[in-house]
Amino acid sequence: MTKRSTWALPYAIFLVFFVALPLCLIIFYAFQDGSGNFTLDNFTKFFTDADAIGTFALSLEVAIENTAICILLGYPAAWILANKKLNKSAVTIVLFILPMWINALMRTLATAELFHMLGIQLGKGTLLIGMVYDYLPFMIYPIYNILNKMDKSYAEAAADLGATPWQIFWKVQVPLSMPGVISGVMMVFMPTVSTFAISEFLTNNKIKLFGTIIQENINSSMWNYGAALSLVMLVIIGITSLLQDNKKEDVSGGIV
Amino acid sequence: MKRFFAQCYIWLLLIVLYAPIVFIAIFSFTESKVLGNWTGFSTKLYSNLFTGDMQGTGSLMLAIENTLIIALIAASVSTLIGTIAAIGIHNMRGKTKQAITFMNNIPMLNPDIITGVSLFLLFVFLHISQGYVTVVLAHITFCTPYVVLNVLPRLTQMNPNIYEAALDLGATPGQALKKVLLPLLKPGMISGFILAFTMSLDDFAVTFFTRGTIGLDTLSTYIYTDARKGGLTPELRPLITLMFVGILILLIVINIRNIRNAKNEE
Repeated sequence: MTKRSTWALPYAIFLVFFVALPLCLIIFYAFQDGSGNFTLDNFTKFFTDADAIGTFALSLEVAIENTAICILLGYPAAWILANKKLNKSAVTIVLFILPMWINALMRTLATAELFHMLGIQLGKGTLLIGMVYDYLPFMIYPIYNILNKMDKSYAEAAADLGATPWQIFWKVQVPLSMPGVISGVMMVFMPTVSTFAISEFLTNNKIKLFGTIIQENINSSMWNYGAALSLVMLVIIGITSLLQDNKKEDVSGGIV
Repeated sequence: MKRFFAQCYIWLLLIVLYAPIVFIAIFSFTESKVLGNWTGFSTKLYSNLFTGDMQGTGSLMLAIENTLIIALIAASVSTLIGTIAAIGIHNMRGKTKQAITFMNNIPMLNPDIITGVSLFLLFVFLHISQGYVTVVLAHITFCTPYVVLNVLPRLTQMNPNIYEAALDLGATPGQALKKVLLPLLKPGMISGFILAFTMSLDDFAVTFFTRGTIGLDTLSTYIYTDARKGGLTPELRPLITLMFVGILILLIVINIRNIRNAKNEE
């Protein structure tokens, strides 16, 4: 099969053209003014605009809060689901996975409609609750997966050596499940920080997140500023992905 | 006792999580425009959905059609490109392999909005007018990596001698590919295809940025425009309900099949 390595060539060209080049274009446009001259104005504009910085900070805040709530609610759920003594039925697991397969906008819209029906004022509270609704399954699933595959003999060994159940949980199971938590954080934090439609639905467009400003700029033909904002977001994403050292996240595993 | 509390927690979470969709489902059986206002049982919204006789804008059916066609094309092309690429990548060594795997990971790590904006800039830069073709190209871009990732493990698990044996026994490389390699890769290709298909169905941001101004709508962009206009088209309620039930049945069937297969293997 020696010559088969050339089979990747078309895809390599495709990747250069549709992945690498477009990313370079973000940088290219970010450092240009409307008429194509080099400038840093787009960045000065962003860093001196109190509104834009405020939105940026709010987006980070909401993303961090959402991720934290998802871990707090999701970890115990994943732990129970993976524990054969506490949960015997596979139905509950399917029910937690199911929302991941339904169009996110539809789910968000359903949530927003429910708030509307209950007469709850749309604002930051509903934004957070709605985000948790949307992303909780993405936190539960990777944690569940890793807990489920975890070798039970570790916990048994710890118990034999005199650890209390509480110690086993904190000193053995939690550290061993960290890759799952990190996977979950990636799958929750990144989409929350970059979302735009979801936040618009959940706040009736009252609260703007960073993604919304990017979208508004791009759609009103302010490509250069929009590209600069996208670059700022790319940096955030880059920093976040350093957390995760190249673990393949297996979103589909076990379902299909 | 512990089990009781654990089950309580799980079911409480599920009830809260499913409340919106359950309400949507209940109110899909009444005609009222706003959710929460029960005006008697009716299946009118369902029949409206199928006859295309909408109270709101009439392009919902077209949007559904576009969504399915785009997902089908994108998933098929991705499966083809991705499988060929995976075979190539599997046979690569060293730096080139690392480079291409790294690039393959980018579309999966990138948030949708970045993928969308970057592709938008590409099409602007090259003066390509945006529409159906650009949306399909964009979908292929973010779907193919998932196919590659689903097919690659199959290749690494495969015993390379099987292929060599086929050649030794007189198969041409083409025959060995068709009769030995492809059947072994098929499960990976199928899960890659399904994943690519759902990714494409689910996508909003990338479509939004690459569809141009010709008025092309997929289900996601239709919902977005509809919700921004204020108020949800009532016919979306039966649609959400039907999709939900459909996926529920699909997941249950898949899981039962998996459990049966696991039992048979034992």
